[in-house]
Amino acid sequence: MSEFIPQLMQQLFNGLSLGAIYALIAIGYTMVYGIIGMINFAHGEIYMIGAYVGLVTLSVIGVGSGLPIAIIILLMLIVAMAVTAVYGYAVEKVAYSPLRGGPRLVPLISAIGMSIFLQNWVAVGQGARDMAVPALVTGAMQLDIGDYTITAPYSRIMIILVTVVLMIMLHLYIKHSRLGRASRACSQDLRMANLLGIDTNKIISFTFIIGAMLAAVGGVLIALAIGKLNPFIGFLAGIKAFTAAVLGGIGSIPGAMLGGVLLGLAETFAAAYISSQYKDIVAFSLLVLILLFRPTGLLGKPEVEKV
Amino acid sequence: MSKVLLQVSELSMRFGGLLAVDGVEFDVKTDEVFAIIGPNGAGKTTVFNCVGGFYKPTSGIIIMDGKPIHGMPSHKVAREGLVRTFQNVRLFKNLTVLENLLVAQHQNINTNLFSGLLKTPAFRHSEEEALENAARWLDFMDIREYANREAGNLAYGHQRRLEIARCMITRPRLLMLDEPAAGLNPQEKRDLQQLIDQLRREFDVAVLLIEHDMSLVMGVSDRIMVMEHGKPITTGVPEAVQADPRVIKAYLGEE
Amino acid sequence: MISNIKNAFIAALMAGVIITPIYGLQIVRSGMETHIEPEWDLVLIGMGIVFVFQAFIRPTVVHLLGKRSGSFQMPVLNDKARRGSILLLIAIALIWPFFMGRAEVDIATLVLIYVMLGLGLNIVVGFAGLLDLGFVGFYAVGAYTYALLYHWAGWGFWGALPMAGLMAGIFGYLLGFPVLRLRGDYLAIVTLGFGEIIRLLLINLYDYTGGPDGISGIPKPTVFGMPMARRAPEGQTTFHDFMGWQFDNMDVIIYLYLMALALALITLFVSNRVIRMPVGRAWEALREDEIACRSLGLNPTNIKLSAFTMGAVFAGFGGAFFAARQGLVNPESFTFLESALILAIVVLGGMGSQVGVILAAIILTVLPEVAREFAEYRMMIFGLVMVLMMMWRPQGLLPMKRPQVELKS
Repeated sequence: MSEFIPQLMQQLFNGLSLGAIYALIAIGYTMVYGIIGMINFAHGEIYMIGAYVGLVTLSVIGVGSGLPIAIIILLMLIVAMAVTAVYGYAVEKVAYSPLRGGPRLVPLISAIGMSIFLQNWVAVGQGARDMAVPALVTGAMQLDIGDYTITAPYSRIMIILVTVVLMIMLHLYIKHSRLGRASRACSQDLRMANLLGIDTNKIISFTFIIGAMLAAVGGVLIALAIGKLNPFIGFLAGIKAFTAAVLGGIGSIPGAMLGGVLLGLAETFAAAYISSQYKDIVAFSLLVLILLFRPTGLLGKPEVEKV
Repeated sequence: MSKVLLQVSELSMRFGGLLAVDGVEFDVKTDEVFAIIGPNGAGKTTVFNCVGGFYKPTSGIIIMDGKPIHGMPSHKVAREGLVRTFQNVRLFKNLTVLENLLVAQHQNINTNLFSGLLKTPAFRHSEEEALENAARWLDFMDIREYANREAGNLAYGHQRRLEIARCMITRPRLLMLDEPAAGLNPQEKRDLQQLIDQLRREFDVAVLLIEHDMSLVMGVSDRIMVMEHGKPITTGVPEAVQADPRVIKAYLGEE
Repeated sequence: MISNIKNAFIAALMAGVIITPIYGLQIVRSGMETHIEPEWDLVLIGMGIVFVFQAFIRPTVVHLLGKRSGSFQMPVLNDKARRGSILLLIAIALIWPFFMGRAEVDIATLVLIYVMLGLGLNIVVGFAGLLDLGFVGFYAVGAYTYALLYHWAGWGFWGALPMAGLMAGIFGYLLGFPVLRLRGDYLAIVTLGFGEIIRLLLINLYDYTGGPDGISGIPKPTVFGMPMARRAPEGQTTFHDFMGWQFDNMDVIIYLYLMALALALITLFVSNRVIRMPVGRAWEALREDEIACRSLGLNPTNIKLSAFTMGAVFAGFGGAFFAARQGLVNPESFTFLESALILAIVVLGGMGSQVGVILAAIILTVLPEVAREFAEYRMMIFGLVMVLMMMWRPQGLLPMKRPQVELKS
């Protein structure tokens, strides 16, 4: 039994680092849904593209270039965020904004098409198979408790730290900046915000861009931590992140953060204590259960239908 | 001797911080026309939605012909013989006038999958009967010439009549009309008044009515309940209600 | 004009940013090393195309369309034309295989499977308006029902076929029951979740389903109990021996095709009848106004369930046939992409339109086979087409005029 607590702590750490990634991606889903009521099916692909751009940046700089690792990673993040910002903006302008206002299924189908397109856009461009990512951050922190050693790889600690910093920055920005206030107004009542003179198109683009940049960070960090990527990682990660967003309460940014962490923990514990093969089923089952029994999520408000 | 068909006691509906309906009580007898009036925001449509099963009341008891229906989902309430029209006419706009009346008969038609696939005599008979019923109501409402037109293309007055016909074709025991005169011209309102009276007399149906047009209400109702801020102020025959100073005050001189 | 040029310039710059990291700087592995191979011409070409499109082509097209609205539209079929074209298609379909080679008939059989699946999903999405992204799950249930019945109990195709439909229908009913009261996009995601759960279970329940390897050796349908093969197993007569014919492999292919055709025609018949039945009218009314339906006593969940279950049953039949044709099943055939493909068939054809769905099934199955050299770009184009269809013609290629009930005086 003396192993139980340290093992638990290990899984807690693993779950948190996984949850951080889900949170980063989930924010994009929740912000977009909160404002235009649409599930951006292609968001997972933005995460994937962020990872690839990070890898390309790394390859351009060159692993043996002599620059400090922190600078390299910073450059990777900045370039990935910049490129995915353009992707996010372009996808919204091309595939979603012309369809706003019509039947709800139409933008969803367009998003599905966009998702398939982007996966294969990258597959054709960079190859469909797994690609290795050089391990920039190696080593881990080790903590001995009794017989058990808790291992916290630095790459994963980095994930948690960067995510926390970004969450705080995002929270402050949404709360205090003009754009942030306008975003909150739009997510409350889009038409009203429009009538009040807010340029809703700009806010919507802004939302897509922020979501894309956060997802890109997630992509780069996870690629560095895992050491490989392929064009199809976006699909699974996207669905899980969406599950996290719904779990926390779709439309709520703190909800996305909470949901991400909870999902990461749930999945890690399921993999550790039930079976690692079934961990994906855990995520999907959780999605189904939440949508059936509490579609507004943990931090959402129940809706009353107007007759 | 008419007996009580619908009995509503201590009905309350709360939305978050707002108590939209507070302790409403009334009953409707089997061949009565009962009107609910009151200034805008008084909670009248909320009462309708609670009775009809569209909202789950926060508290209260609703009994239809001896059977409790509070908390029942709307489609089950409708099957108990309680149907309604809506403030904004809710027709199936892309279906034809005729098809609107056919869909309304869904509960009473042969919907067996295999009968329909194989077009058995039982199925064909059921479809013919449904068409005949629909035709009869189209004639009654004098809109037969529009039978094959899309319901959304009808004139507003005809849409209202179609909505009522759609309710009546389900053979209800209680017909709830939510502001049926809204948007009608004076002649149409007179026709509506006659129609309500005719429906009550010829088709054995009670009518529960929300309406703002006072002459219509006073002309056709047997009893009236006045509401304000979610509470009932008074209930009685039209003459008594009209003279009640509390009612006049609630309307601030509105007639 | 100037603003057009300015917008085009910005668009081209953005295109540059988008294209460069994926196509402009390709990561190439040589041995242990990776390096970047710049392909700037791809980037420049892409930027150029975007620039020209935004600056010149798009404004012109918008200008032209503004003048002559509706002139680029494809014809909307009326009742007589529809019936005529369906009969013609059936006649061609019956005669055709006897004049064609093996590959063509094989592809045609695949087309017919997708016609069946497309018509089945059309009932769910097109008639009842329920976006089911997990349709492939029912397809898998049907296929695996046959596979498992054969593997564990030696059942043949004709015995397993109704069971496949039944199992898929049961799954549809059980899944649909809790799920169908959800709002449109949530329903889509939940059904996607279910489809994936089914696939993951098939992969992981190794002992029952054979896991990632699946089940193989599944027999083709027999003719009245007689196997169609060169040699019959112990104690049985082959069909050809019975008829006194010389065995030819082509006959098996044609037989499979004819069976697929029969199944597809049954699906077409049912789908055609069902929209003219009360339940079909109820689906239409439900899509328009659910609250009005409830106020008339219609139970939305039950009505949606009938569509959902019906679609599932047809997917089950399709799955069983697929298993018979392939001879083996494994979870790889039942990914989300399959659901997306079948959805694309329904959407491309025109939701609700049966002729449209048939046409779309033909196009989406034949084109990838014909354009095999472009296999890599296939999926990319597929996704792009879905987006473009939604932008330019969301009602599909051949939107159907609803069959209305008419009152004759």
